[in-house]
Amino acid sequence: MVATAILSTFSIVSAFSSHANDAGAETHVNPEAGHSAVHDEHAKPEKYDPGKMIIDHIADAHDWHLWGEGHDAVSISLPVIIYTKSQGLVNFSSARFEHGHAAYEGFELNEKGVIVWEDKANTEVIYDISITKNVLAMMLAVITLMLIAIGMANTYAKRAGKAPKGIHNLIEPLILFIRDDVAKASIGHKADKYLPLLLSVFFFIFVNNIFGLIPIFPGGANVTGNIAVTMVLALVIFLTVNLNGNKYYWKHIFLPDVPVWMYVIIIPIEVLGVVLKPFVLMLRLFANITAGHIIILGFFSLIFIFGSMSQGLGYAVSPLSVAFTVFMGLLELLVAFLQAFVFTLLSAIYIGMAVEEHHH
Amino acid sequence: MQLVTPAIGLVFWMLVTFSLLLFILKKFAWKPILESIRNREQTIEDSLSLAEKTKSEMIRLQGENESLLAEARKERDLLLKEAREMRDKIVGDAKATADEEAKKLMNRAQDEIEKQKSAAIAEIKREVSVLSVQIAEKLMHQQLENNAAQQTIIENQLSQLN
Repeated sequence: MVATAILSTFSIVSAFSSHANDAGAETHVNPEAGHSAVHDEHAKPEKYDPGKMIIDHIADAHDWHLWGEGHDAVSISLPVIIYTKSQGLVNFSSARFEHGHAAYEGFELNEKGVIVWEDKANTEVIYDISITKNVLAMMLAVITLMLIAIGMANTYAKRAGKAPKGIHNLIEPLILFIRDDVAKASIGHKADKYLPLLLSVFFFIFVNNIFGLIPIFPGGANVTGNIAVTMVLALVIFLTVNLNGNKYYWKHIFLPDVPVWMYVIIIPIEVLGVVLKPFVLMLRLFANITAGHIIILGFFSLIFIFGSMSQGLGYAVSPLSVAFTVFMGLLELLVAFLQAFVFTLLSAIYIGMAVEEHHH
Repeated sequence: MQLVTPAIGLVFWMLVTFSLLLFILKKFAWKPILESIRNREQTIEDSLSLAEKTKSEMIRLQGENESLLAEARKERDLLLKEAREMRDKIVGDAKATADEEAKKLMNRAQDEIEKQKSAAIAEIKREVSVLSVQIAEKLMHQQLENNAAQQTIIENQLSQLN
């Protein structure tokens, strides 16, 4: 694992530099005409497709697009790590795919950016555990969070008993808020046991939400708006709730206080509820953050939609579009906090329901 | 559809990253931070209750001081009163003694005067009787014929002297 990680880092750097060189060379050659058929396809002005642009931005990718379009695009190529039964673990830079124009070691990118066999007839399952845009963005956010939190712990140890300073003034109220108004309010006296988990979940979502709102590297990735990420978060909550559920929790599900003939209806509903609660957690976060990204990108797209009708119209629309985007950006800042809070609060409530002691 | 299909790679990395995050933050961040926050809160609470206690102590001490002061004032007043009484008494006593002494002196003086007076009177009586005898002698010498009449006159004169 460590070796792969080191290799991956190396490949990020090398891929970027080699690609940057490529791009530079390309711009020099471009005006002189004489391209291959593939290049010609890109040379003619493409019709602007906002749907495709938006999906490209909110979906995961094997390279981190920075700026430019088509062949002038500058992006960070990320390491591809693939496991297949026949070939074992394969590791190379995503630059090898040349944005889906080339195959490498029998693999290629399809039009959705997913790695498939070059040989379409091959049906062997590909386990793609590449360091994708979302993985890298998530790791950067997590590292940032760790540096801040551990730095804070060290500072607190050094300045024991003194008031917090600087950024800690911003974080401590959040910690206290989660501790007092979320954990203690929902779980009660057992809150301390679950507090580290709730804090980690809250800050993970919050930091990733905020990073997602930064339009350039290392932000802009739609991490918390990715169903895989929210699924794992929901899974963690699901496991915490059900592994810590006491007898009252299970009794409430399988022996509820209702007439026995109603068990036929109640028990399936309760069992469904056990799964449904984390499932809704997963969907809510995913949908809210993705929707926010889509709306912001949508407002920006207006410029180019009108611009493709007439250039003047595009310029005319742009101030309005920017104003709306700024407004949405501010709203998304609120949503970034709100969704992190809602996820944490509901998690705390579910845990609270599972560990609550009943005194009948 | 691509959006709502969780990618296996991201699930894998998310699991790894989040587990690490949970472990590291729990151990190196949340526990020490929460601990220091709790300690700080405890310190603040202790300080506040200490301040409250000190304040009530101060108030108590102040009350005590005041009562002490009042007591001292009362004591002083009492002492002053006593002193005044004592002075009045001494002065009164002295006056009474002096009066008595004066009266005694006066009485003695009066007695002496009385005694002197009676002695003087006796003296005078004696003188007078001597003088009277002498006068009588002279009268007898001069007017022996009118003895009886003369005797009556002398006796009348003498009784007038008493």
